[in-house]
Amino acid sequence: MKEGTKLVVSPSPHVKDAISVRGIMSAVIVALIPATVSGIYLFGLHALAVIIASILSAVGTEFVALKLMGRKFVMDGSAVLTGLLLALCLPPTVPLWMPIVGAAFGIAIGKCAFGGLGHNIFNPALVGRVFLALSWPALMTRWVTPFDAVSTATPLAKGFGSVPIFDLFVGNVAGCIGETSALAILIGGAFLIAMRYIDWRVPLFYIGTVGFLMLFLGQNSILDASDLDSLVEVGKESLFHMFAGGLFLGAFFMATDYVTTPMTKLGRIIFAVGAGILVVAIRTVGGYPEGVAFSILIMNGFTPLIDRVIKPRVYGTKRGFVGGG
Amino acid sequence: MENLLTIAIGAILVNNIVLTRFLGLCPFFGVSTRLRNASMMGFAVIFVMTASSIITWAIYQYLLIPLNMEYMRLVVFILVIASFVQLTAIFVRKHSQRLHRAFGIYLPLITTNCAILAVVLINTMVKEYSLLETIVNSVATGVGFLLALVLMAGIRERLDLADPPGAFRGLPIAFVSAALLALAFQGFGGMLL
Repeated sequence: MKEGTKLVVSPSPHVKDAISVRGIMSAVIVALIPATVSGIYLFGLHALAVIIASILSAVGTEFVALKLMGRKFVMDGSAVLTGLLLALCLPPTVPLWMPIVGAAFGIAIGKCAFGGLGHNIFNPALVGRVFLALSWPALMTRWVTPFDAVSTATPLAKGFGSVPIFDLFVGNVAGCIGETSALAILIGGAFLIAMRYIDWRVPLFYIGTVGFLMLFLGQNSILDASDLDSLVEVGKESLFHMFAGGLFLGAFFMATDYVTTPMTKLGRIIFAVGAGILVVAIRTVGGYPEGVAFSILIMNGFTPLIDRVIKPRVYGTKRGFVGGG
Repeated sequence: MENLLTIAIGAILVNNIVLTRFLGLCPFFGVSTRLRNASMMGFAVIFVMTASSIITWAIYQYLLIPLNMEYMRLVVFILVIASFVQLTAIFVRKHSQRLHRAFGIYLPLITTNCAILAVVLINTMVKEYSLLETIVNSVATGVGFLLALVLMAGIRERLDLADPPGAFRGLPIAFVSAALLALAFQGFGGMLL
């Protein structure tokens, strides 16, 4: 049959683009290269081994799980991304079996049990990370300094003022493999925003909420600030909480996951602000020094409700108050 | 004397009756398939929990302790809870047949719901709360139950569209989701105000 004479009857969408799952996943993986490279540069070859083990375990688990389910395995890159993200939020000292176990749990229980990509409620990488953190808390909190690998605590555990803000920004501090360098994550995140793969609102509102609330709830509150010096301290502490821990990695690469976060722009803002409030709550009055992974997982649980309340505008209906004549 | 806010946050988030203490799982899984039913069930539990806590607290303080009859507490407490459940059941049947059918066996089952009995026992035996603390703890625990139930209903309505493998379809994937939600709620662990 000649092209053009063929009548295709199909449900919408009728206009299609060349964007594919594999294309998006590849772009996100490319965007993670700066963070990955800086992690390996800072923490050495063991970090590279952790990353490789995690990715291999994620892909292998997905392959086995889909075979057991009697479904076709497609190398769409989503398992590679899950493995990479999990490795980046692990401490650089973990024994190699931990990324393997974590990635296997995240992929098998967090993703495949729900029916695979697109059906999971919770972010698989974070499911793996929290599973490891709650099962082996001691192994998941062994931190070392970059380059010379001396045992130390993370800046968040030591508190504000323990490290210069500039070191925190470029990543020259103790922390998870891919989380320490806000700069490296920012480069990748800016690439994804420029390519319109992720919504700029999520990182802006997420990190912004944490920074804003920390102006009031940190050790130095803006309400007590009397002179310029104390105001500078308040600003510095707010920056400290924005750059420290996993906030940048979570805000750019995990809170922007298509599957487990709300569909609408307003819904995503609610998600981001909610996660920001949870991070501040856990860091200030909670039992853990860091709360990014928990905050995103909890908001993943709220996502179905957010999507139920905030629905996309039906095409052709009135657009709010704009042009409402 | 614990701070009332600490009691409230503790009962809603830190020691969430479903996601941390793993109590009251029957209505949690039984009525969480639809959001509307779930929220109604949550409110029913808040009512029964609060009302029976107040009555049992009074009975325990002014009848059982003076008469040295603490050993009768389980019988007395369940009797009080059952009365309030019956009251709720009559009310629901009168006002919404549809809701009554949706609740099914799970409404009378609140009588032996471990969550409510647990709250009553915590109020009187474990923490020995004052009346005000008892009311705050009961309402907050009920709100925590409502929160867990509504979250779960949202997730399960979405899971209706998911495509899990045969062995996980239905209740099993609901249990897996609840487990992962409980994992996430561990983030509230150790939170103190």
